[in-house]
Amino acid sequence: MSLNELLFAPFADFGFMRRALAGCLALSFGATPVGVFLLLRRMSLMGDAMSHAILPGAALGYLAFGLSLGAMTIGGILAGLVVVFAAGLVTRASVLKEDASLAAFYLLSLAAGVMIVSLRGRNLDLLHVLFGSVLALDDQSLLLIASITSLTLFGLALLFRPLVLECFDPSFLRAVSRLSPVAHYGFLLLVVFNLVSGFHALGTLMAVGIMILPSAAARLWTRSLPAMLLFASLSALASSIAGLLFSFHADVPAGPAIVLMCGLVYFASLIAAPGGLLAGRLPSRKHLES
Amino acid sequence: MPPLIRFENLTLGYERHPAIHHLNADIPAGALVAVVGPNGAGKSTLLKGLAGELRPIGGRIHLPDLPRGGIAYMPQRSEMDQSFPVSVFDMVAMGLWRELGPFGGLSRAQRHRVENAIEAVSLSGFEARQIGSLSGGQLQRARFARLILQDAPIILLDEPFAAIDARTVEDLVHLILHWHAEGRTVLTVVHDFEQVRRHFSTCLLLARELVAFGPTSLVMTDALLARARHLSEAFDENAPECHVAEAA
Repeated sequence: MSLNELLFAPFADFGFMRRALAGCLALSFGATPVGVFLLLRRMSLMGDAMSHAILPGAALGYLAFGLSLGAMTIGGILAGLVVVFAAGLVTRASVLKEDASLAAFYLLSLAAGVMIVSLRGRNLDLLHVLFGSVLALDDQSLLLIASITSLTLFGLALLFRPLVLECFDPSFLRAVSRLSPVAHYGFLLLVVFNLVSGFHALGTLMAVGIMILPSAAARLWTRSLPAMLLFASLSALASSIAGLLFSFHADVPAGPAIVLMCGLVYFASLIAAPGGLLAGRLPSRKHLES
Repeated sequence: MPPLIRFENLTLGYERHPAIHHLNADIPAGALVAVVGPNGAGKSTLLKGLAGELRPIGGRIHLPDLPRGGIAYMPQRSEMDQSFPVSVFDMVAMGLWRELGPFGGLSRAQRHRVENAIEAVSLSGFEARQIGSLSGGQLQRARFARLILQDAPIILLDEPFAAIDARTVEDLVHLILHWHAEGRTVLTVVHDFEQVRRHFSTCLLLARELVAFGPTSLVMTDALLARARHLSEAFDENAPECHVAEAA
Protein backbone atom coordinates (compact mmCIF):
# COMPACT_ATOMS: atom_id res chain seq x y z
CA MET A 1 0.00 0.00 0.00
CA SER A 2 1.52 3.30 -1.03
CA LEU A 3 1.58 6.39 1.14
CA ASN A 4 -0.99 7.93 -1.17
CA GLU A 5 -3.38 5.01 -0.73
CA LEU A 6 -2.79 5.04 3.01
CA LEU A 7 -3.22 8.74 3.75
CA PHE A 8 -4.75 10.67 0.86
CA ALA A 9 -6.78 8.39 -1.38
CA PRO A 10 -9.56 7.78 1.17
CA PHE A 11 -10.26 11.51 1.32
CA ALA A 12 -9.71 12.10 -2.41
CA ASP A 13 -11.93 9.23 -3.53
CA PHE A 14 -14.81 9.32 -1.09
CA GLY A 15 -17.14 12.27 -0.45
CA PHE A 16 -18.28 10.94 2.94
CA MET A 17 -14.68 10.94 4.14
CA ARG A 18 -14.26 14.57 3.10
CA ARG A 19 -17.49 15.49 4.89
CA ALA A 20 -16.34 13.65 7.99
CA LEU A 21 -13.03 15.52 7.79
CA ALA A 22 -14.79 18.87 7.51
CA GLY A 23 -17.02 18.00 10.48
CA CYS A 24 -14.01 17.01 12.58
CA LEU A 25 -12.16 20.17 11.58
CA ALA A 26 -15.08 22.23 12.85
CA LEU A 27 -15.33 20.21 16.08
CA SER A 28 -11.58 20.54 16.72
CA PHE A 29 -11.77 24.32 16.63
CA GLY A 30 -15.13 24.66 18.39
CA ALA A 31 -15.73 21.86 20.84
CA THR A 32 -12.07 21.36 21.81
CA PRO A 33 -11.40 24.96 23.00
CA VAL A 34 -14.59 24.69 25.07
CA GLY A 35 -13.14 21.47 26.47
CA VAL A 36 -9.97 23.35 27.47
CA PHE A 37 -12.03 25.67 29.63
CA LEU A 38 -14.05 22.75 31.01
CA LEU A 39 -10.77 21.17 32.06
CA LEU A 40 -9.43 24.39 33.58
CA ARG A 41 -12.69 24.95 35.46
CA ARG A 42 -12.35 21.41 36.82
CA MET A 43 -15.61 20.54 35.14
CA SER A 44 -14.35 17.70 32.94
CA LEU A 45 -16.76 15.22 34.45
CA MET A 46 -19.59 17.72 34.38
CA GLY A 47 -19.21 17.96 30.63
CA ASP A 48 -19.77 14.23 30.58
CA ALA A 49 -22.79 14.58 32.85
CA MET A 50 -24.26 17.29 30.66
CA SER A 51 -23.82 15.22 27.54
CA HIS A 52 -26.19 12.69 29.12
CA ALA A 53 -28.57 15.46 30.10
CA ILE A 54 -29.09 16.23 26.41
CA LEU A 55 -30.47 12.76 25.71
CA PRO A 56 -34.16 13.19 26.68
CA GLY A 57 -34.49 16.35 24.59
CA ALA A 58 -32.99 14.70 21.55
CA ALA A 59 -35.10 11.60 22.19
CA LEU A 60 -38.30 13.64 22.52
CA GLY A 61 -37.50 15.40 19.26
CA TYR A 62 -36.91 12.02 17.69
CA LEU A 63 -40.14 10.63 19.12
CA ALA A 64 -42.19 13.51 17.81
CA PHE A 65 -40.60 14.13 14.43
CA GLY A 66 -38.55 11.05 13.64
CA LEU A 67 -34.92 11.35 12.67
CA SER A 68 -35.11 15.09 12.08
CA LEU A 69 -31.95 17.12 12.55
CA GLY A 70 -33.77 20.26 13.63
CA ALA A 71 -36.10 18.61 16.14
CA MET A 72 -33.36 16.59 17.79
CA THR A 73 -31.00 19.59 17.90
CA ILE A 74 -33.53 21.94 19.42
CA GLY A 75 -34.71 19.25 21.83
CA GLY A 76 -31.13 18.53 22.90
CA ILE A 77 -30.30 22.19 23.39
CA LEU A 78 -33.46 22.81 25.40
CA ALA A 79 -32.91 19.79 27.64
CA GLY A 80 -29.27 20.81 28.19
CA LEU A 81 -30.26 24.38 29.06
CA VAL A 82 -32.98 23.28 31.48
CA VAL A 83 -30.52 21.06 33.35
CA VAL A 84 -27.77 23.70 33.37
CA PHE A 85 -29.97 26.51 34.62
CA ALA A 86 -31.87 24.38 37.13
CA ALA A 87 -28.58 23.11 38.52
CA GLY A 88 -27.16 26.65 38.57
CA LEU A 89 -30.20 27.90 40.47
CA VAL A 90 -29.94 25.12 43.04
CA THR A 91 -26.20 25.77 43.46
CA ARG A 92 -26.62 29.47 44.07
CA ALA A 93 -29.67 29.19 46.32
CA SER A 94 -29.02 26.06 48.41
CA VAL A 95 -26.19 24.42 50.33
CA LEU A 96 -25.64 21.88 47.54
CA LYS A 97 -22.48 22.37 45.53
CA GLU A 98 -22.42 22.56 41.75
CA ASP A 99 -21.42 18.92 41.20
CA ALA A 100 -24.15 17.55 43.47
CA SER A 101 -26.94 19.62 41.95
CA LEU A 102 -25.78 18.93 38.40
CA ALA A 103 -25.51 15.21 39.13
CA ALA A 104 -29.06 15.15 40.48
CA PHE A 105 -30.49 16.84 37.40
CA TYR A 106 -28.52 14.93 34.83
CA LEU A 107 -29.40 11.58 36.40
CA LEU A 108 -33.09 12.48 36.23
CA SER A 109 -32.62 13.73 32.70
CA LEU A 110 -30.83 10.56 31.65
CA ALA A 111 -33.51 8.35 33.23
CA ALA A 112 -36.21 10.30 31.43
CA GLY A 113 -34.24 10.01 28.20
CA VAL A 114 -33.86 6.25 28.44
CA MET A 115 -37.56 5.89 29.23
CA ILE A 116 -38.55 8.01 26.25
CA VAL A 117 -36.19 6.05 24.02
CA SER A 118 -37.73 2.76 25.15
CA LEU A 119 -41.21 3.97 24.15
CA ARG A 120 -40.14 3.79 20.55
CA GLY A 121 -37.63 0.99 21.18
CA ARG A 122 -35.79 -1.36 18.86
CA ASN A 123 -35.00 1.26 16.31
CA LEU A 124 -31.48 1.14 14.96
CA ASP A 125 -31.66 4.80 13.97
CA LEU A 126 -31.35 5.61 17.60
CA LEU A 127 -27.78 4.36 17.52
CA HIS A 128 -27.19 7.64 15.74
CA VAL A 129 -28.00 9.53 18.93
CA LEU A 130 -25.81 7.39 21.11
CA PHE A 131 -22.82 6.88 18.85
CA GLY A 132 -23.17 9.51 16.17
CA SER A 133 -22.59 9.07 12.47
CA VAL A 134 -19.55 11.04 11.48
CA LEU A 135 -19.32 9.05 8.22
CA ALA A 136 -22.88 9.95 7.25
CA LEU A 137 -22.96 13.70 7.82
CA ASP A 138 -25.36 15.39 5.42
CA ASP A 139 -25.21 19.04 4.32
CA GLN A 140 -27.56 20.15 7.07
CA SER A 141 -25.60 18.49 9.85
CA LEU A 142 -22.34 19.81 8.48
CA LEU A 143 -23.78 23.32 8.31
CA LEU A 144 -25.06 23.00 11.86
CA ILE A 145 -21.68 21.88 13.21
CA ALA A 146 -19.85 24.64 11.32
CA SER A 147 -22.33 27.27 12.53
CA ILE A 148 -21.96 26.19 16.14
CA THR A 149 -18.18 26.33 15.79
CA SER A 150 -18.37 29.87 14.40
CA LEU A 151 -20.69 30.87 17.21
CA THR A 152 -18.35 29.27 19.74
CA LEU A 153 -15.25 31.07 18.47
CA PHE A 154 -17.14 34.36 18.51
CA GLY A 155 -18.52 33.64 21.98
CA LEU A 156 -15.15 32.64 23.40
CA ALA A 157 -13.56 35.79 21.96
CA LEU A 158 -16.23 37.91 23.65
CA LEU A 159 -16.11 36.06 26.97
CA PHE A 160 -12.40 35.35 27.02
CA ARG A 161 -11.21 37.69 29.76
CA PRO A 162 -14.15 37.24 32.18
CA LEU A 163 -14.06 33.51 31.55
CA VAL A 164 -10.35 33.25 32.33
CA LEU A 165 -10.93 35.16 35.57
CA GLU A 166 -13.99 33.07 36.39
CA CYS A 167 -11.82 29.95 36.10
CA PHE A 168 -8.71 31.39 37.71
CA ASP A 169 -9.98 33.61 40.53
CA PRO A 170 -13.78 33.79 40.71
CA SER A 171 -13.93 35.80 43.93
CA PHE A 172 -11.75 38.48 42.33
CA LEU A 173 -14.04 38.67 39.29
CA ARG A 174 -17.08 39.01 41.55
CA ALA A 175 -15.37 41.84 43.42
CA VAL A 176 -14.44 43.90 40.36
CA SER A 177 -17.30 43.27 37.96
CA ARG A 178 -20.83 42.04 37.46
CA LEU A 179 -19.80 39.73 34.66
CA SER A 180 -19.33 36.59 36.74
CA PRO A 181 -22.80 35.12 35.99
CA VAL A 182 -22.47 36.22 32.36
CA ALA A 183 -19.20 34.33 32.05
CA HIS A 184 -20.58 31.30 33.90
CA TYR A 185 -23.86 30.89 32.03
CA GLY A 186 -22.48 32.10 28.71
CA PHE A 187 -19.85 29.40 28.94
CA LEU A 188 -22.37 26.70 29.89
CA LEU A 189 -24.46 27.76 26.91
CA LEU A 190 -21.44 27.16 24.67
CA VAL A 191 -20.90 23.78 26.33
CA VAL A 192 -24.47 22.72 25.57
CA PHE A 193 -24.26 23.93 21.96
CA ASN A 194 -21.03 22.07 21.39
CA LEU A 195 -22.28 18.89 23.00
CA VAL A 196 -25.22 18.98 20.61
CA SER A 197 -22.94 19.63 17.65
CA GLY A 198 -20.67 16.85 18.90
CA PHE A 199 -23.46 14.32 19.24
CA HIS A 200 -24.39 14.60 15.58
CA ALA A 201 -20.88 13.51 14.68
CA LEU A 202 -19.72 11.37 17.57
CA GLY A 203 -22.87 10.65 19.56
CA THR A 204 -23.85 11.79 23.05
CA LEU A 205 -21.58 9.22 24.66
CA MET A 206 -18.46 10.21 22.76
CA ALA A 207 -18.85 13.93 22.11
CA VAL A 208 -17.04 14.75 25.34
CA GLY A 209 -14.03 12.69 24.24
CA ILE A 210 -12.89 15.18 21.61
CA MET A 211 -13.37 17.99 24.14
CA ILE A 212 -11.52 16.67 27.18
CA LEU A 213 -8.80 14.29 25.94
CA PRO A 214 -6.95 16.79 23.67
CA SER A 215 -7.28 19.43 26.40
CA ALA A 216 -5.75 17.17 29.02
CA ALA A 217 -2.89 16.32 26.65
CA ALA A 218 -2.37 20.02 25.90
CA ARG A 219 -2.22 20.88 29.60
CA LEU A 220 0.67 18.44 29.97
CA TRP A 221 2.72 20.09 27.22
CA THR A 222 2.00 23.80 27.44
CA ARG A 223 2.42 26.52 30.04
CA SER A 224 0.26 29.31 28.68
CA LEU A 225 -3.41 29.37 27.85
CA PRO A 226 -3.10 30.44 24.18
CA ALA A 227 -0.56 27.69 23.56
CA MET A 228 -2.82 25.21 25.31
CA LEU A 229 -5.82 26.16 23.16
CA LEU A 230 -3.81 25.87 19.96
CA PHE A 231 -2.19 22.59 20.95
CA ALA A 232 -5.53 21.08 21.95
CA SER A 233 -7.23 22.03 18.68
CA LEU A 234 -4.37 20.83 16.50
CA SER A 235 -4.04 17.55 18.36
CA ALA A 236 -7.82 17.04 18.14
CA LEU A 237 -7.62 17.56 14.39
CA ALA A 238 -4.66 15.22 14.02
CA SER A 239 -6.44 12.58 16.11
CA SER A 240 -9.56 13.00 13.97
CA ILE A 241 -7.63 12.45 10.74
CA ALA A 242 -5.83 9.44 12.20
CA GLY A 243 -9.11 8.09 13.55
CA LEU A 244 -10.93 8.48 10.25
CA LEU A 245 -8.12 6.74 8.36
CA PHE A 246 -7.95 3.96 10.92
CA SER A 247 -11.71 3.52 10.66
CA PHE A 248 -11.50 3.46 6.85
CA HIS A 249 -8.70 0.94 6.54
CA ALA A 250 -9.60 -1.31 9.48
CA ASP A 251 -13.34 -1.04 8.88
CA VAL A 252 -14.20 -0.04 12.45
CA PRO A 253 -16.72 2.63 13.61
CA ALA A 254 -15.30 6.11 13.11
CA GLY A 255 -16.51 7.85 16.28
CA PRO A 256 -14.81 5.50 18.73
CA ALA A 257 -11.73 5.38 16.48
CA ILE A 258 -11.36 9.17 16.70
CA VAL A 259 -11.78 9.22 20.46
CA LEU A 260 -9.32 6.35 20.83
CA MET A 261 -6.76 8.30 18.79
CA CYS A 262 -7.31 11.28 21.12
CA GLY A 263 -6.67 8.82 23.94
CA LEU A 264 -3.46 7.66 22.30
CA VAL A 265 -2.18 11.25 22.17
CA TYR A 266 -3.21 11.67 25.78
CA PHE A 267 -1.32 8.58 26.94
CA ALA A 268 1.77 9.52 24.93
CA SER A 269 1.64 12.97 26.53
CA LEU A 270 1.09 11.49 29.95
CA ILE A 271 4.35 9.60 29.57
CA ALA A 272 6.54 12.00 27.64
CA ALA A 273 5.30 15.55 28.29
CA PRO A 274 7.03 17.96 30.70
CA GLY A 275 3.98 17.85 32.96
CA GLY A 276 3.67 14.08 32.74
CA LEU A 277 4.76 10.99 34.61
CA LEU A 278 8.38 10.66 33.48
CA ALA A 279 9.40 14.30 33.84
CA GLY A 280 11.16 14.80 37.13
CA ARG A 281 11.59 11.07 37.67
CA LEU A 282 14.48 10.74 35.26
CA PRO A 283 17.83 10.60 37.05
CA SER A 284 20.56 13.25 36.75
CA ARG A 285 18.67 16.02 35.02
CA LYS A 286 20.89 19.09 34.79
CA HIS A 287 19.34 22.11 36.46
CA LEU A 288 19.68 25.70 35.36
CA GLU A 289 21.99 28.16 37.00
CA SER A 290 19.14 30.38 38.18
CA MET B 1 -15.15 65.30 58.72
CA PRO B 2 -17.89 62.65 58.45
CA PRO B 3 -16.81 59.02 58.83
CA LEU B 4 -16.09 57.09 55.65
CA ILE B 5 -17.51 53.80 56.88
CA ARG B 6 -20.19 53.55 59.54
CA PHE B 7 -21.33 50.31 61.14
CA GLU B 8 -24.78 50.87 62.54
CA ASN B 9 -26.05 48.20 64.92
CA LEU B 10 -24.57 45.72 62.47
CA THR B 11 -25.22 42.00 62.81
CA LEU B 12 -23.49 39.61 60.43
CA GLY B 13 -23.60 35.84 60.51
CA TYR B 14 -24.47 32.55 58.95
CA GLU B 15 -27.80 30.73 59.20
CA ARG B 16 -29.21 32.99 61.94
CA HIS B 17 -26.10 32.53 64.10
CA PRO B 18 -24.41 35.88 64.47
CA ALA B 19 -20.66 36.00 63.98
CA ILE B 20 -20.76 39.63 65.06
CA HIS B 21 -23.75 41.36 66.54
CA HIS B 22 -24.83 44.91 67.27
CA LEU B 23 -21.60 46.49 66.13
CA ASN B 24 -21.46 50.28 66.12
CA ALA B 25 -18.32 52.03 64.92
CA ASP B 26 -17.27 54.91 62.69
CA ILE B 27 -14.16 54.52 60.58
CA PRO B 28 -12.74 57.84 59.41
CA ALA B 29 -11.41 58.28 55.90
CA GLY B 30 -7.74 57.45 55.58
CA ALA B 31 -7.64 55.32 58.73
CA LEU B 32 -5.24 52.42 59.08
CA VAL B 33 -7.13 49.93 61.24
CA ALA B 34 -5.90 46.63 62.62
CA VAL B 35 -8.84 44.29 63.20
CA VAL B 36 -7.90 42.03 66.12
CA GLY B 37 -9.57 39.46 68.31
CA PRO B 38 -9.50 35.80 69.26
CA ASN B 39 -10.29 32.99 66.83
CA GLY B 40 -13.91 33.04 65.79
CA ALA B 41 -14.31 36.66 66.87
CA GLY B 42 -15.88 37.61 63.55
CA LYS B 43 -12.92 39.43 62.02
CA SER B 44 -13.11 37.75 58.61
CA THR B 45 -16.90 38.01 58.69
CA LEU B 46 -16.67 41.76 59.19
CA LEU B 47 -14.42 42.11 56.13
CA LYS B 48 -16.72 39.88 54.08
CA GLY B 49 -19.66 42.06 55.04
CA LEU B 50 -17.75 45.19 54.04
CA ALA B 51 -16.75 43.63 50.73
CA GLY B 52 -20.40 42.88 50.02
CA GLU B 53 -19.97 39.09 50.03
CA LEU B 54 -22.25 38.69 53.04
CA ARG B 55 -25.59 40.39 53.54
CA PRO B 56 -26.19 41.78 57.07
CA ILE B 57 -28.72 39.90 59.22
CA GLY B 58 -29.49 43.18 60.94
CA GLY B 59 -28.33 46.77 61.02
CA ARG B 60 -26.46 48.55 58.25
CA ILE B 61 -23.08 49.32 56.79
CA HIS B 62 -22.93 52.85 55.46
CA LEU B 63 -20.40 53.19 52.68
CA PRO B 64 -19.59 56.10 50.42
CA ASP B 65 -20.75 55.85 46.81
CA LEU B 66 -18.01 53.88 45.13
CA PRO B 67 -17.82 52.39 41.67
CA ARG B 68 -17.67 48.59 41.60
CA GLY B 69 -14.14 47.58 42.49
CA GLY B 70 -13.77 50.65 44.72
CA ILE B 71 -13.24 48.27 47.60
CA ALA B 72 -10.27 45.98 47.10
CA TYR B 73 -10.73 42.85 49.19
CA MET B 74 -8.09 40.20 49.66
CA PRO B 75 -9.66 37.16 51.33
CA GLN B 76 -7.58 34.90 53.51
CA ARG B 77 -8.44 31.71 51.72
CA SER B 78 -8.44 32.81 48.13
CA GLU B 79 -10.44 30.90 45.58
CA MET B 80 -7.51 31.44 43.23
CA ASP B 81 -6.60 28.32 41.28
CA GLN B 82 -2.83 28.23 41.52
CA SER B 83 -2.49 25.52 38.91
CA PHE B 84 -4.07 27.76 36.25
CA PRO B 85 -1.66 28.48 33.38
CA VAL B 86 -1.17 32.21 33.84
CA SER B 87 2.00 34.28 34.20
CA VAL B 88 2.82 36.63 37.05
CA PHE B 89 2.55 39.58 34.67
CA ASP B 90 -0.94 38.63 33.51
CA MET B 91 -2.11 37.88 37.02
CA VAL B 92 -0.90 41.26 38.31
CA ALA B 93 -2.32 43.06 35.25
CA MET B 94 -5.78 41.77 36.22
CA GLY B 95 -5.67 44.51 38.85
CA LEU B 96 -6.34 46.95 36.00
CA TRP B 97 -9.78 45.46 35.37
CA ARG B 98 -11.54 48.63 36.50
CA GLU B 99 -9.73 50.55 33.74
CA LEU B 100 -9.71 47.88 31.06
CA GLY B 101 -12.96 46.00 31.48
CA PRO B 102 -13.49 42.82 29.50
CA PHE B 103 -12.10 44.10 26.18
CA GLY B 104 -9.56 46.88 26.72
CA GLY B 105 -5.97 46.29 25.68
CA LEU B 106 -2.95 47.29 27.72
CA SER B 107 -1.48 50.62 26.70
CA ARG B 108 2.24 51.18 26.92
CA ALA B 109 1.71 53.31 30.05
CA GLN B 110 -0.39 50.60 31.69
CA ARG B 111 2.18 47.95 30.80
CA HIS B 112 4.70 50.15 32.55
CA ARG B 113 2.49 50.45 35.62
CA VAL B 114 2.20 46.67 35.80
CA GLU B 115 5.98 46.42 35.68
CA ASN B 116 6.29 49.07 38.39
CA ALA B 117 3.82 47.24 40.62
CA ILE B 118 5.79 44.04 40.17
CA GLU B 119 8.96 45.91 41.02
CA ALA B 120 7.33 47.45 44.10
CA VAL B 121 6.83 43.96 45.55
CA SER B 122 10.36 42.90 44.56
CA LEU B 123 9.23 40.36 41.99
CA SER B 124 11.11 41.87 39.04
CA GLY B 125 12.39 39.13 36.81
CA PHE B 126 9.43 36.89 37.66
CA GLU B 127 7.06 38.45 35.10
CA ALA B 128 7.01 35.45 32.77
CA ARG B 129 6.93 32.83 35.52
CA GLN B 130 3.81 30.76 35.97
CA ILE B 131 2.07 31.55 39.26
CA GLY B 132 2.03 27.83 40.03
CA SER B 133 5.82 27.94 40.39
CA LEU B 134 5.80 30.69 43.04
CA SER B 135 6.39 30.10 46.74
CA GLY B 136 3.74 31.14 49.26
CA GLY B 137 5.53 34.38 50.02
CA GLN B 138 6.09 35.21 46.36
CA LEU B 139 2.44 34.57 45.56
CA GLN B 140 1.40 36.90 48.37
CA ARG B 141 3.71 39.53 46.87
CA ALA B 142 2.03 39.08 43.50
CA ARG B 143 -1.40 39.49 45.09
CA PHE B 144 -0.20 42.73 46.67
CA ALA B 145 1.07 43.94 43.29
CA ARG B 146 -2.40 43.33 41.89
CA LEU B 147 -3.85 45.31 44.81
CA ILE B 148 -1.54 48.22 43.95
CA LEU B 149 -3.00 48.35 40.44
CA GLN B 150 -6.58 48.08 41.69
CA ASP B 151 -5.98 51.56 43.06
CA ALA B 152 -8.94 51.30 45.44
CA PRO B 153 -9.75 53.95 48.06
CA ILE B 154 -10.73 51.22 50.53
CA ILE B 155 -8.51 48.16 51.01
CA LEU B 156 -9.52 45.13 53.08
CA LEU B 157 -6.87 42.54 53.91
CA ASP B 158 -7.77 39.32 55.71
CA GLU B 159 -4.69 37.97 57.50
CA PRO B 160 -2.26 38.95 54.76
CA PHE B 161 0.69 37.74 56.84
CA ALA B 162 -0.47 34.22 57.70
CA ALA B 163 2.24 31.64 56.95
CA ILE B 164 4.50 34.22 55.27
CA ASP B 165 8.23 34.59 55.93
CA ALA B 166 9.46 37.49 58.05
CA ARG B 167 11.23 39.30 55.21
CA THR B 168 8.08 39.30 53.05
CA VAL B 169 5.93 40.45 55.98
CA GLU B 170 8.28 43.38 56.48
CA ASP B 171 8.02 44.37 52.80
CA LEU B 172 4.25 44.01 52.74
CA VAL B 173 3.78 46.04 55.92
CA HIS B 174 5.82 48.70 54.20
CA LEU B 175 3.37 48.70 51.30
CA ILE B 176 0.39 48.96 53.65
CA LEU B 177 1.98 51.95 55.38
CA HIS B 178 2.56 53.48 51.97
CA TRP B 179 -1.15 53.06 51.08
CA HIS B 180 -1.99 54.70 54.40
CA ALA B 181 0.29 57.61 53.56
CA GLU B 182 -1.48 57.96 50.21
CA GLY B 183 -4.72 58.55 52.12
CA ARG B 184 -6.36 55.19 51.46
CA THR B 185 -8.49 53.55 54.13
CA VAL B 186 -7.04 50.18 55.08
CA LEU B 187 -8.58 47.52 57.33
CA THR B 188 -6.33 44.57 58.05
CA VAL B 189 -6.93 41.48 60.13
CA VAL B 190 -3.70 40.87 62.03
CA HIS B 191 -2.90 38.08 64.48
CA ASP B 192 0.52 39.16 65.63
CA PHE B 193 0.04 41.67 68.47
CA GLU B 194 3.64 42.82 68.13
CA GLN B 195 3.00 43.90 64.53
CA VAL B 196 -0.19 45.64 65.58
CA ARG B 197 1.57 47.66 68.26
CA ARG B 198 4.48 48.53 65.97
CA HIS B 199 2.65 49.58 62.80
CA PHE B 200 -1.05 50.28 63.35
CA SER B 201 -2.25 53.44 65.03
CA THR B 202 -5.89 52.33 65.30
CA CYS B 203 -7.32 49.06 66.53
CA LEU B 204 -10.71 47.44 66.35
CA LEU B 205 -10.95 44.68 68.95
CA LEU B 206 -13.72 42.17 68.26
CA ALA B 207 -15.10 39.21 70.17
CA ARG B 208 -18.40 38.63 68.35
CA GLU B 209 -19.21 42.13 69.52
CA LEU B 210 -17.19 45.29 69.70
CA VAL B 211 -14.85 45.19 72.69
CA ALA B 212 -12.97 48.38 71.94
CA PHE B 213 -12.15 50.69 69.05
CA GLY B 214 -9.62 53.49 69.15
CA PRO B 215 -5.92 54.25 69.42
CA THR B 216 -3.89 51.05 69.63
CA SER B 217 -2.27 51.98 72.97
CA LEU B 218 -5.72 52.25 74.58
CA VAL B 219 -7.17 49.13 72.94
CA MET B 220 -4.33 46.63 73.22
CA THR B 221 -4.32 46.55 77.01
CA ASP B 222 -4.16 43.35 79.06
CA ALA B 223 -7.56 44.06 80.59
CA LEU B 224 -9.37 44.51 77.23
CA LEU B 225 -7.62 41.57 75.58
CA ALA B 226 -8.57 39.36 78.51
CA ARG B 227 -12.15 40.57 78.21
CA ALA B 228 -12.17 39.72 74.49
CA ARG B 229 -10.88 36.23 75.25
CA HIS B 230 -13.50 35.75 77.94
CA LEU B 231 -16.35 36.96 75.71
CA SER B 232 -15.34 34.66 72.92
CA GLU B 233 -15.08 31.64 75.25
CA ALA B 234 -18.45 32.36 76.84
CA PHE B 235 -20.21 32.18 73.50
CA ASP B 236 -23.06 29.65 73.55
CA GLU B 237 -24.05 27.95 70.28
CA ASN B 238 -27.52 27.21 71.66
CA ALA B 239 -28.15 30.69 72.97
CA PRO B 240 -31.75 31.96 72.92
CA GLU B 241 -32.73 34.73 70.53
CA CYS B 242 -31.00 38.03 71.04
CA HIS B 243 -33.36 40.77 72.12
CA VAL B 244 -31.30 43.91 71.67
CA ALA B 245 -33.49 46.33 69.75
CA GLU B 246 -32.67 46.37 66.03
CA ALA B 247 -33.46 50.07 65.73
CA ALA B 248 -30.48 52.00 66.98
